[in-house]
Amino acid sequence: MALNNDHYEERPTDSFMTNMLSFIQCLRRAGLPVSSNQVMDFVQSLTLIHIGQRDQVYFTARCLLVSRYEHLVLFETIFNAFWKIPSVSGQSAPKKAPRASRHDKQQQPALITYMASKARPHDPELDVFDKSATYSDLELLSRKDFLQMTPEELDAVKQLIQAMRWQACFRKSRRQVASPTGDKLHMRRVMASAARHGGVPLALSWQTRKIKQRPIVLIADISGSMEKYSRLVLQFFFSLSHSLKNVECFVFGTRLTRISLQLKLKNIDRAVNDAASEVVDWSGGTRIGESLSTFNRQWSRRVLRRGAIVMIVSDGWERSDIDNLRTQMRYLQLRCYRLIWLNPLMGKTNYQPQVEGMAAALPFIDDFLPIHNLHSLSTLAVHLSALSS
Amino acid sequence: MFSSVEDTINLLHKHHYITEIGLATCLFLSQKLGKAIFLEGEPGVGKTEIAKVLSQILDTPLIRLQCYEGLDISQAVYEWNYPRQLLEIQSRQNHANGSESVIDDIFTEKFLFKRPLLQAIDDSHTASPVLLIDELDRADEEFESFLLELLSDFQITIPEIGTLRAKHRPIVIITSNRTREIHDALKRRCTYYWIDYPSRQKELAILRLKLPDAVDVLSRQVVDFVQWVRQQEINKPPGVSETLDWAEALGYLNTQTLDADVIKRTLGFILKYQDDVSKIQSEVTEQLLEKVLYGAQ
Repeated sequence: MALNNDHYEERPTDSFMTNMLSFIQCLRRAGLPVSSNQVMDFVQSLTLIHIGQRDQVYFTARCLLVSRYEHLVLFETIFNAFWKIPSVSGQSAPKKAPRASRHDKQQQPALITYMASKARPHDPELDVFDKSATYSDLELLSRKDFLQMTPEELDAVKQLIQAMRWQACFRKSRRQVASPTGDKLHMRRVMASAARHGGVPLALSWQTRKIKQRPIVLIADISGSMEKYSRLVLQFFFSLSHSLKNVECFVFGTRLTRISLQLKLKNIDRAVNDAASEVVDWSGGTRIGESLSTFNRQWSRRVLRRGAIVMIVSDGWERSDIDNLRTQMRYLQLRCYRLIWLNPLMGKTNYQPQVEGMAAALPFIDDFLPIHNLHSLSTLAVHLSALSS
Repeated sequence: MFSSVEDTINLLHKHHYITEIGLATCLFLSQKLGKAIFLEGEPGVGKTEIAKVLSQILDTPLIRLQCYEGLDISQAVYEWNYPRQLLEIQSRQNHANGSESVIDDIFTEKFLFKRPLLQAIDDSHTASPVLLIDELDRADEEFESFLLELLSDFQITIPEIGTLRAKHRPIVIITSNRTREIHDALKRRCTYYWIDYPSRQKELAILRLKLPDAVDVLSRQVVDFVQWVRQQEINKPPGVSETLDWAEALGYLNTQTLDADVIKRTLGFILKYQDDVSKIQSEVTEQLLEKVLYGAQ
């Protein structure tokens, strides 16, 4: 059916309503969260506007049924497909509905299987790997470079990373909370207690600024040169985003992908799988500068609020524009509380940050730390909790 | 107030606000359904302005709540007037006549400081006021929950007094620059509209309306140039308010037409980051201007 400007019946007819409701069904099937309250408002609104005018119907539906910027394009696509100018067939519903991306749970075999298949032929088989490792085993494991680990060891490391407890640094927010050691009078409580004591403020209550955890932003390089570490980095991200609040995760090779939502899933394997399937450029080239530039333009104002801590995991192999990398690093450093660079190559003895990209980024980094074995992760954990202001 | 979508567009235009059918539909419906309006968009596209214009059209007061981190009940809704309460207790003690307790009735409206949200539902209004909750994304997440009661029932509960209800439902406009995602529970109570950067025609119409004395050729060039700047990869593209500022500034410089020199000297009016300024400065040449400013004609 078509909406046009002819002398259309200005009251919604029954069949029009039926069509509207199946349109809403289409939206829901595509993953737009439309509540029944929204539908009721929408139906009511249709009696208020000129339903003969396509524009008005479109914007009515949009302002009542969509409440997220990300869904606007999807909505427009479905609307145009559903209410298309009539063709020969009377069919109005589109054959293949598009879907809202965050509701797409399609599983794709990703990095994990890829790495497992790659690892097997070269690595010696271990018959038994005791997961309840003794102290010395653990000690050995925690000092071993991730690169030299067998799949079984990696599996054990996964459990250990998952069990890690992170403490991020805190800051004083502007919000006031009652506290016996505060430095500002909590007048409301003082008056309430005064009222109980015949009008004399006997007991003084105090308030202080609430302590809040700083937001954490993680950005990982998953290009070819970092391939071997990618899976562990994702597990590390998973562990951080499950033990801390306000964690945002991004990965990049040639382009930037946000994987925060995927890593929120409870099961570590599913979360990492989902995150991996979201990424289109596994093990490709590296464009650090360009990816950071995308981050700075599209995300920095949204996620670098309130003294965020930014951690970049990369070996610093920049293939393109070094000047741009320098500009973006400076921009980033000026906008966060602490810029930490984690480099797996630092595990090598006598490592010098001489790769051109790394050398360019170095002046803008607050902390330059290794991330090549479990021990370096625990060092990082200690470092993070010591950052508290 | 508004009788149809077309009527909304006309009324807004009469009050010097140019809008497209989308925003007009959203405003019209939120008035008919009694819902709040939730506006998102880049800074400087006219989100705050719409509240000012609405209060002009309706000839009612504009009550504005600027959000910031740490905003809480005592600054947004109400606060007890503690000095006054203490003085009241003191004076009652001095003039004690035995019949009345010294602490009775110190939690009544007389001792209340009304902050913007409470002012908006105050009984004293003779018509619906306009309540602007500006840049909600700057407030903490905790603050959003204060708004839920206000937005669904237009009432506010004060434990010591009870529930206060609006006689005239305020027209609520919430704006956000989208530095963080606002909770869905709040958004669902509103009509939602994303204000985009204006098209060339619309921006030119705004410029002509707001700065009627500006040289027409210059206005057109300013709009063309700003539209071009927005397409470049920069950190903060200029909003409409920056365009207006720039055009006005150029007027004071007695500029008749844009050239590379005057652009480089006044770029600070539309670009607010040094990185952006130097990037655009290096790209502005006479050849480029030829293309940007005259290519369209």
